[in-house]
Parts: sequence; structure tokens; C-alpha cells
Amino acid sequence: MSEESPLGALVLGFLGISLLSVGGGVAVLPEMQRLVVETHGWMDALGFAKRFALAQAAPGPNIMVVGLIGWHVAGALGMFTAMLAMCGPTSLLAYGVARMRQRLAGRRGLRVAERGLVPIAVGLIAASGVLLAAGTAEGAALPWLALGVTLGSALFVWRSARSPLWVLGFGAIMGALFLR
Amino acid sequence: MTPSLGALGLAYLRIGLTGFGGVNAWARQLLVEEKGWLTEQEYAETLGIAQVLPGPNALNCAIGVGVRFHGAAGAMVCGVALFGGPMALLMGIAALYDAYGELPLVRAVLTGIAAAAAGMVLGTAAKMTGKLRPSLPLLLVGLGALGMALARVPLPAVVLGLAPFGLLAAWWGMRR
Repeated sequence: MSEESPLGALVLGFLGISLLSVGGGVAVLPEMQRLVVETHGWMDALGFAKRFALAQAAPGPNIMVVGLIGWHVAGALGMFTAMLAMCGPTSLLAYGVARMRQRLAGRRGLRVAERGLVPIAVGLIAASGVLLAAGTAEGAALPWLALGVTLGSALFVWRSARSPLWVLGFGAIMGALFLR
Repeated sequence: MTPSLGALGLAYLRIGLTGFGGVNAWARQLLVEEKGWLTEQEYAETLGIAQVLPGPNALNCAIGVGVRFHGAAGAMVCGVALFGGPMALLMGIAALYDAYGELPLVRAVLTGIAAAAAGMVLGTAAKMTGKLRPSLPLLLVGLGALGMALARVPLPAVVLGLAPFGLLAAWWGMRR
């Protein structure tokens, strides 16, 4: 592993993940965490959770977390390389499918695929939440408080229609007050 | 109504830069409600296809919208516009994180935001489950994905192993 260049590892890792990322970026966070934290040791679980938090707090698609990981590993070049590996090939596929779109839309086969695959995506998204929460609590000064913030924000997002920016702001204040 | 290539590009630039917490809700608001370029049904279908395909949903959706109005050029413009603004911002954020990420106050604030963001992901999963109201077999497929991912089963095994059961359960449920 050590003679492998970091850019090559970024490309291979995110290319592989992107091709299985049914359900979008958040669903494959567990696999990204494995790649980044366990396989290559580029950062710890808290560092990973913080970068995801930065990508959530900033505007733009959630997948920008991949850019932040690339930046950490190999600077600006790493950021663009990782994003391109994550988005390039799947974009070509999306383009090809979009060209046949009129024939596909509303088709029974597509609805079966949607209904059948979405539960897998939702299960993976829930697992992402659990892993992010565990990684954050493990590295926080007061683990139980970090878990409390996580639970509170989960309830808020589940039960209210307000913007999720409220919970991120609440988390920032709780962190500033208690997690030093 | 067909928007010009420039108008589409500007719209996606705005979607990228205003899209806090994921862009899909913002894209729907602008494309369907404000501009009226797509009907609710057309947007839902485009997003549905985007979610079934691998890759970031928001990008797949932008490519679908771009192709619909302006073919390959439209896909290119929408995709690049969606990422252009956030990528530029993100480089600034990453540089700031490198410079100040280890200051005690910044560390603490980011840890708090990370805890909240983890909860946001959990809440989203709960919300999606509520909206889907899955049948028991589909619920089991979802729980299977959750359990396998937490047991650190590799992604290919989770997706490829559960997809046949998911498709079968969905097909079975829609038969009647």
C-alpha cells in the first residue's frame, strides 16, 4: 500500500464507490469512512465527521465532502481529482440514460427499481448517521453531550419542516459552550 | 417553456450556491415553483431516475434537466454550474480549516456541528422511511442494509446482495 501514490488511491477508491452509490452521496458514507479512516488512515473518525459537517454547513451538493477529503490528501489537485473520479463516470451514465428518458419515465420497470432500491439507500443513510454519530462522540470532550446533540437534531429534522440550518447552528453553539 | 442555455446555467449556479443541506429541495423550488420550467410530475420523474442511478443525485438530476432542454450542451452547462460555485467556496473553506481547524474554539464548534450533522442524517432517514411507508419485506431490506453497513460489510456485497430482494419485494408489492 505504501508505494501507491495518494492521487492514484483517491481515484481508485472513489471510482469504485461512485459506481455503487445508488441513493447518492450520503448512502455511501460508510464505505467512504472505511476507505479514508481504515484502509488508508488519512484521518480519524472525528476528522471524517467534521469534514462531512463542513460540507453540510456549506452550500452545494452533499457530495462535496469528497472534495474536502481530496484536499486533505493531496491539496487542490486532490480535490479536483477526487471529485472527478466520484462524478465523472456516473455523469456519463446519467447522460446516456437521460437521452432515453422519455421512453423510461413512468415505466413500470423504473418504478419497481425505484421502490426496490430506495429502501437499501435509506438503510445505508441511517447507517451513515450512526457511524458519524459514533465517530463524533468518540472524539468529543463530553461524549454523552455530543450524542444528546445528535439525538435532538435527529428529532428536529424528522419532526419539523424547518430548515436544517437551525440544527447546525444549534450544534455550533452547544459545541462552543460545552465541548472545549 | 424552454429556458435559454444561459438562463439554465444561471439557475443552476444559484441552486448550487443557495443549496444548504443538500440541493434537491432548492432545485425543485426554483425549477418548478419560481420558473415554471418543469411541472411537479416532470421534476419528480427526473429526480426518480437520478436516485436510481449511481452517482450524486443532485448532479444526475441536473444532467437530466440539461438534456431535456438543450441536449449535451445543456447537461454540461447544468453540471458545471451546479458545482462551480460550491467548489470555489470549498477551496476557501478547506484552506481555512487547515489554518484554523485545530484552534480549541474552532475544534469545539466543528465537533458540535458534526454531532448535529450526524443527527440530521438520522432524521432524514427517519423522514424518508415515514414518507415511503414501506411494506414489511421492503422494510426488512432497508433494515438489512442498515445492519450490514454497521457490521462493516463492504458496499458491493450490501448493494448487490440486497438489490434482488428489494426488486423482488417491490415487484411483488406492485403486482396487485
